[in-house]
Amino acid sequence: MLRDITIGQYYPVDSPIHRMDPRAKILITFAYIIGLFFINHFIGYGFVVLCLYGTIQMSKVPIRYMLKGLRSILFILLFTVALNIFFTQGGRVLWSWGFLTITEQGLIIAAQMACRLILLIIGSSLLTLTTSPIQLTDGIENLLNPFRRIGVPAHEIAMMMSISLRFIPILLEETDKIMKAQMARGADFESGNIIRRAKAMIPIMVPLFISAFRRAEELAMAMEARCYRGGVGRTRLHSLHYEKVDYCAFVLASLFFIGCIIL
Amino acid sequence: MAIKIEHLTHTYNPNTPFEKTALEDINIEIKDGEFVSIIGHTGSGKSTLIQMFNGLLKPTMGQVYIKGQDIHGENVDRKAVRQQVGLVFQYPEYQLFEMTVWEDVAFGPKNLGLNEEEIRERVAYALQAVGLGEEYYQKSPFELSGGQKRRVAIAGVLAMKPSILILDEPTAGLDPKGRDDLFNKLKEMHKGLGLTIVLISHSMEDVARYAQRMIVLYKGKVKYQGTPKEVFAHGDELEKIGLARPQIAYILETLKEKGMDIATDILTVEEAALQIKAYLLKRRDNNA
Amino acid sequence: MEHIIEAKDIVFEYYNYDENGEQKEAITALNHTSVSIKQGEFLVILGHNGSGKSTFAKQLNGILTPKSGTLFVKGIDATDPQNIWEIRKEVGMVFQNPDNQIVATVVEEDVAFGPENIGIPPKEIRKRVDEALETVNMLDYKRVSPNQLSGGQKQRIAIAGVIAMKPECIVFDESTAMLDPIGRRQVMATMKKLNKEYGITIVHITHYMEEAILADRIVVMEKGEVLLEGTPKNVFKEVETLKRIGLDVPAATYLMYLLNKEGFQFKSDVLTAEEVAQELWQ
Repeated sequence: MLRDITIGQYYPVDSPIHRMDPRAKILITFAYIIGLFFINHFIGYGFVVLCLYGTIQMSKVPIRYMLKGLRSILFILLFTVALNIFFTQGGRVLWSWGFLTITEQGLIIAAQMACRLILLIIGSSLLTLTTSPIQLTDGIENLLNPFRRIGVPAHEIAMMMSISLRFIPILLEETDKIMKAQMARGADFESGNIIRRAKAMIPIMVPLFISAFRRAEELAMAMEARCYRGGVGRTRLHSLHYEKVDYCAFVLASLFFIGCIIL
Repeated sequence: MAIKIEHLTHTYNPNTPFEKTALEDINIEIKDGEFVSIIGHTGSGKSTLIQMFNGLLKPTMGQVYIKGQDIHGENVDRKAVRQQVGLVFQYPEYQLFEMTVWEDVAFGPKNLGLNEEEIRERVAYALQAVGLGEEYYQKSPFELSGGQKRRVAIAGVLAMKPSILILDEPTAGLDPKGRDDLFNKLKEMHKGLGLTIVLISHSMEDVARYAQRMIVLYKGKVKYQGTPKEVFAHGDELEKIGLARPQIAYILETLKEKGMDIATDILTVEEAALQIKAYLLKRRDNNA
Repeated sequence: MEHIIEAKDIVFEYYNYDENGEQKEAITALNHTSVSIKQGEFLVILGHNGSGKSTFAKQLNGILTPKSGTLFVKGIDATDPQNIWEIRKEVGMVFQNPDNQIVATVVEEDVAFGPENIGIPPKEIRKRVDEALETVNMLDYKRVSPNQLSGGQKQRIAIAGVIAMKPECIVFDESTAMLDPIGRRQVMATMKKLNKEYGITIVHITHYMEEAILADRIVVMEKGEVLLEGTPKNVFKEVETLKRIGLDVPAATYLMYLLNKEGFQFKSDVLTAEEVAQELWQ
């Protein structure tokens, strides 16, 4: 069942955002993240929320779907908020107990951190939701290409990413299978202290590594049989081109960025 | 009654976009000492069903009884259930991890917390049951052939001394000889050790030869149950759901169509040869 | 007909090493194996696990190179490492495990992988990918993730990936061994189609006799040597030899064999139900 869940949570619909060049989306996401850190008051966040909302509407990805992604960072979010509430000094003291104090300043900073984190996660998940993993790797490969001269193995990085994306769900499923098989032989992964539990992982990790190596070996053989010999001399089925939609996006993103700095 | 399943329904990932009902209102009874085969094409729910038998999966609805005990009832020792119902997954050799064959087979008994002597006795018993002699005990499981690795893995489950043994396509990927050897061993275990055996298989020849009873799954439901003869009598319907009959059944049908007066519910070539021989001798006598 | 593959006296050994990395023993996987394959032929190589059939297949496109002997593919010396990429363009290979030969996360990207490697221009790749997917009846799935496909569908994608490179010969190295009956039927039908409609030479390695029936010619391997060779009829009538080395024979052939053992004198080279009926009806 794990196989049904695509890594990166790509949401396959047709929208202007989906049609954009992955390079443009990666660059704009970067600009967005940097822009986000320029903002330090609530009017600014309001502006970002508006822009983000408009983009999400355009992407046709349901908001509900985006918010689901936040569940996984709930712990980090609460932790950050708590940290900021209790340990920020300055401003009017609202409540205090022992070494814990809550100040006005603390509440404001905590709220801002929460806004920043939530907007960061939603904004970057918009990238993965609207860009298929393969486009994403293509985009990264392309953006890294200029750095090849200083020794950045752009093609190899992209190939590794793409193979990982392909095999992570398979290996997850395999882990599930091996775990069940060992449970059928009476293995217990749930009880005991940390050392016992770590030891209990051996019967899972060993077969998993052996399987991963076997797969790697077979895959390498299959790739060689299909004449793979590295990035040199390779052509691509899809070559990337900036289109009108990308230029429009760049202009809008620049406006957004300026907005972030001014506000 | 070894296994009894009542009104079992199972849904994967309920209330998500990936929701999928794998089994629907399953009712099955498997008697002590039976050799039962479950057939159905990929995705029919077979693999989900067998994970219900030892409590690896908990059904969304319905009950699973092993030896009369509701395994999801209160105060049930899940580990004891898994000891009683040995489950051999597809390509079980992928679960091997120890340095030696002996150590790997001992994994299960050790988990049961048995003493040294008992462990030794069980490992020897299990390896003997799958036909691996002493010369293999200290070998690394990874130097063995595919068929031998698989037998080590099955021994690993047998060493738990289950009274019910469930196997998911135990012969997948083996060559005909490996397949026959393994089936003969299973037959011995069934007869000699009195094990209840539940077997998932895609090979209708093997099912026809070894199973006492068959359960046909289709789209998560039980489509047919009965002896191989009863089930294979539904020839056309079986084909419609992507299953076949043993080859010999098609030959006999062709002969019958051409006007030969013979029974068509025969499932092995040996039996068919005897029948045809009798028919031919009779025909010769009539002509003479 | 011209020979596309000519293998003569091929010897291949595997080496086992002990813990110190010293060579412990050599296992002869191919022992002076000679097989010639005609252009456009459908050849099945039959044998049990460890008979050397898979090792032989891997010689054909230079994944393994023989210790001695000669191997020519379309007249090119395949034992010379210089020619290896030339050979791999001519002889494609489909492997056993459907998962471990698919590289990309989208079907069409995977089919494009081979043509991309040999530097075909993007427009031509597009055309080849669509044609290849059409040929294996998987065009509707071109934007799908391979993880969502069945084993048989994945194997067909792997086949499409090979035919997009336009090879003259495809070697199927136990490509049906891990599939369910439906998947096997799909892959066999695809093989047949490639052979009959596109004239691609097929070398299929298997231990399933029901697949071998479809071949023009069968080579039975045992202990790294060619034990039997001939048309399906001529090979399968050797019931005792095949049983001895642990292989199956078709039910029809076996039935005739059993009847003949009972004293009848029917033809022994019978493969189908129709042929049985014809024999018994005389």
